[in-house]
Amino acid sequence: MRYDVAIVGGGVVGCAVARELSRYELRAVLLEATEDVAMGSSKANSAIVHAGYDCKPGSLMARLNVRGNALFTRWCEELEVPLSRCGSLVIGFDEADRAQIEELYAQGVKNGVPDMQIVDGNRARELEPSLSDQVTCALYAPTGGITCPYELTIACSENARRNGVELRTNAPVTAVEALADGGFALTCGGERVEANYVVNAAGLFSDDIARMVGDDSFNVAPRRGEYLLMDRNACHTHKVIFQTPSKMGKGVLVSPTVDGNIFAGPTAIDQTDRYDTEVTQAGIDTLRKLAVRSVPTLNFRAVITSFAGLRAVPSTGDFVIRPCETAPHMVHAGGICSPGLSSAPAIAEEIVGLLRGQGMDLREKADFEPHRSHIPAFRKMTREQQAEAIAQNPLYGRVICRCETITEAEIVEAIRRGARSVDGVKRRTRAGMGRCQGGFCSPRVMDILSRELQLPMEEITKFGGHSNLVVGKLKEVKRV
Amino acid sequence: MNRKADVVVIGGGPAGLAAALQADAAGASVLVLERDKEPGGILQQCIHNGFGLHYFGEELTGPEYAGRFIDRVKQTGIEILTDTMVLEFTADRRVLAVSAEHGLLEIEAGAIVLAMGCRERTRGALSIPGTRPAGVFTAGCAQRLTNMEGYMPGRQVVILGSGDIGLIMARRMTWEGAKVMAVCELMPYSSGLNRNIVQCLVDNDIPLKFNHTVVRIHGRERVEAVTISEVDVKTKRPIPGTEETIPCDTLLLSVGLLPENELSIAAGVEMDSVTSGAVVDEERQTSIPGVFACGNVLHVHDLVDNVSHEAELAGRSAAAFAKHPAPAARAHRVIAEGGVRYAVPQMLSDKAEGKIDLYFRVGDVYRGAALLVKSGERTLLRRKKPIMTPGEMEKVTVDVTGLTDDVHLSIETEG
Repeated sequence: MRYDVAIVGGGVVGCAVARELSRYELRAVLLEATEDVAMGSSKANSAIVHAGYDCKPGSLMARLNVRGNALFTRWCEELEVPLSRCGSLVIGFDEADRAQIEELYAQGVKNGVPDMQIVDGNRARELEPSLSDQVTCALYAPTGGITCPYELTIACSENARRNGVELRTNAPVTAVEALADGGFALTCGGERVEANYVVNAAGLFSDDIARMVGDDSFNVAPRRGEYLLMDRNACHTHKVIFQTPSKMGKGVLVSPTVDGNIFAGPTAIDQTDRYDTEVTQAGIDTLRKLAVRSVPTLNFRAVITSFAGLRAVPSTGDFVIRPCETAPHMVHAGGICSPGLSSAPAIAEEIVGLLRGQGMDLREKADFEPHRSHIPAFRKMTREQQAEAIAQNPLYGRVICRCETITEAEIVEAIRRGARSVDGVKRRTRAGMGRCQGGFCSPRVMDILSRELQLPMEEITKFGGHSNLVVGKLKEVKRV
Repeated sequence: MNRKADVVVIGGGPAGLAAALQADAAGASVLVLERDKEPGGILQQCIHNGFGLHYFGEELTGPEYAGRFIDRVKQTGIEILTDTMVLEFTADRRVLAVSAEHGLLEIEAGAIVLAMGCRERTRGALSIPGTRPAGVFTAGCAQRLTNMEGYMPGRQVVILGSGDIGLIMARRMTWEGAKVMAVCELMPYSSGLNRNIVQCLVDNDIPLKFNHTVVRIHGRERVEAVTISEVDVKTKRPIPGTEETIPCDTLLLSVGLLPENELSIAAGVEMDSVTSGAVVDEERQTSIPGVFACGNVLHVHDLVDNVSHEAELAGRSAAAFAKHPAPAARAHRVIAEGGVRYAVPQMLSDKAEGKIDLYFRVGDVYRGAALLVKSGERTLLRRKKPIMTPGEMEKVTVDVTGLTDDVHLSIETEG
């Protein structure tokens, strides 16, 4: 069987494209190299829905960010993904910063960003009381917001599957052959998959996929960003707070998350290794030093974890979204660094337009279902709803993760929806994301995974691959 | 479902069980709410011996120690609901809990005993740099996997922190065939009991490296090695050039325990920032009348024997309150200073009289120093101790009859 389209990469872009394509009468497959969606840049980033003032006017980034930002409201409603339009501030401490802020404002106007204001320090502190009293001016963008990047990715993949897209995990694409009829034969995980069209959404590896069909028109370089995530009591910050940007990115920010935590980050370190997401002491020190400039009351004793993600920085300076030069039925969505998350819904629309331009036959489905529901969360229910949920399913009465109050019913549902590892359960339910970081619940989550997937405990992993959590049964493990 | 009980005990570990027994003996109706499948708490995974020397005068394993209390509870009218999680309690002593069997439970309590225990500090809280592979466990999590589930968490192990659980797990994993490469301790002394250092590390030739920490974790999917480094004794910062990379597949963390007081904080109980537990008086009553606290949720203990004694006091107090709800007025503070890190109780009520036990910990190692307990100009006690360390909780008994002033605990060094 030949697919109409194969999407390579299960990050936020690939999953958003899959969802958008699932509106049409197509046989589509999403190929993901790892054991789950949202395993690369999409799980470790700033989770910001940018307003769109910091992209160069006329760039794809500028256009798709502003369009994507506007689309976020509908997408998050339809997919039950958290979105908070909390607004963002770029803060300045001196005249040089003010000049930069004015430049950002002018850029934002050109890009079509609505409702921006330049405010003085006092007004900025009215908007965000946790700000440093050293702040003298700020750019306020009320359309800036926060979301949950891995939840959006998971939601898109679930909705795409609901509408007929096939998802293959542990399916890394290692070769692509351009066929004489314009289609492709992809080698993935030892299997051959044929498709008339390919969407290259392989993130950090999108240049590799392009090169597999002889297109070396762009490169992607990893840029590491480290983060410190703090408990809910770390401080009371309600808006996204940027410092003025540098060449390496949008600077260190302090921001709330949709779950009520606070984070500081990211650093920006260029590297060659596309897997290395190490957190360094130097990075932690940098974040501590820079973040308190924005919010002096930030309490680093409340750090519950640190992590790092890699941005996929394109050599072209802009998103690479266009048909492949050597095989035009492959459409690239490559080099998607910031503001990739904000742009994702717009990138999906853009890709569909490009595929249409390449002759793809797109007929809308009569029965497309745009809605996807989040796993009903016990902690968010009223007492009446909780009682009802337990009456329907007693597993709602068994709390497994005590820090975040996650029940067994939610964990079982996450597994039913595709979680196959402890981290997969964590991203879908928050089990293990609280202050004990899984100290109590991870053995119980492992038990539930083992039971539901009918796998021995030795095969339960943290995040797929060889990330096994136990090495064997007692007395069966060889002495060292 | 709505219910009532004279005394509701939150947590069915050693503290909760001891409190329940005493409350029952005092004639109260008692309901214990336990989140796990069986009572006994963390003792159930502590299959080593060394428990009960003080309380029972003999050496028991953790499950044996818990078993004695569970057997006693079975002979009473105490009701234990297992697999039951408390979601909140309020200052007017209403407890909301949930279980798969009973759904939501609303319980009206005459008095509440907080006995939720503690949890372990994590890698995240320490911000250990490096990658984030599988194979980094808190020592207690590894202990549960090993002793309750029957699985080996790893083969080649480095342990950070010389807390008791880490020391116990060093021995346990060695006996199960793993190689424990080293135990690193940031401080120049151990926070574990001396007997555990001897029996677990010395007897198994496991090196204990003081003034050392883990500065980097290696490995993408599973831990492949850790880099350790010596630290400056004063600043605790790694000393460049002293790094050593040790191959291993597992890093266990035994870097401190934190009382689990989310419920207490949400209810508005006044907390002690040093112990991370409630501020209590000599009856173990918190700032909320009728709410008592004991065991590791109040302050982290070294010996379960002390937990049992403290919980019995809290259980008796809770039963008395349930019978005659009369909030005690707080009369005097118990202040830890001059080398004493904290003292429990932190308050004395206006009813306090006669002999009272004060539990405390010191902030450093003291040899040949004396503990001084004063109230105004009155010296209540001066006791010389050959050695006092932060790892071992100390207890003194003082007579507080007729006090007119706050009580001060301090260390008096020679000269």
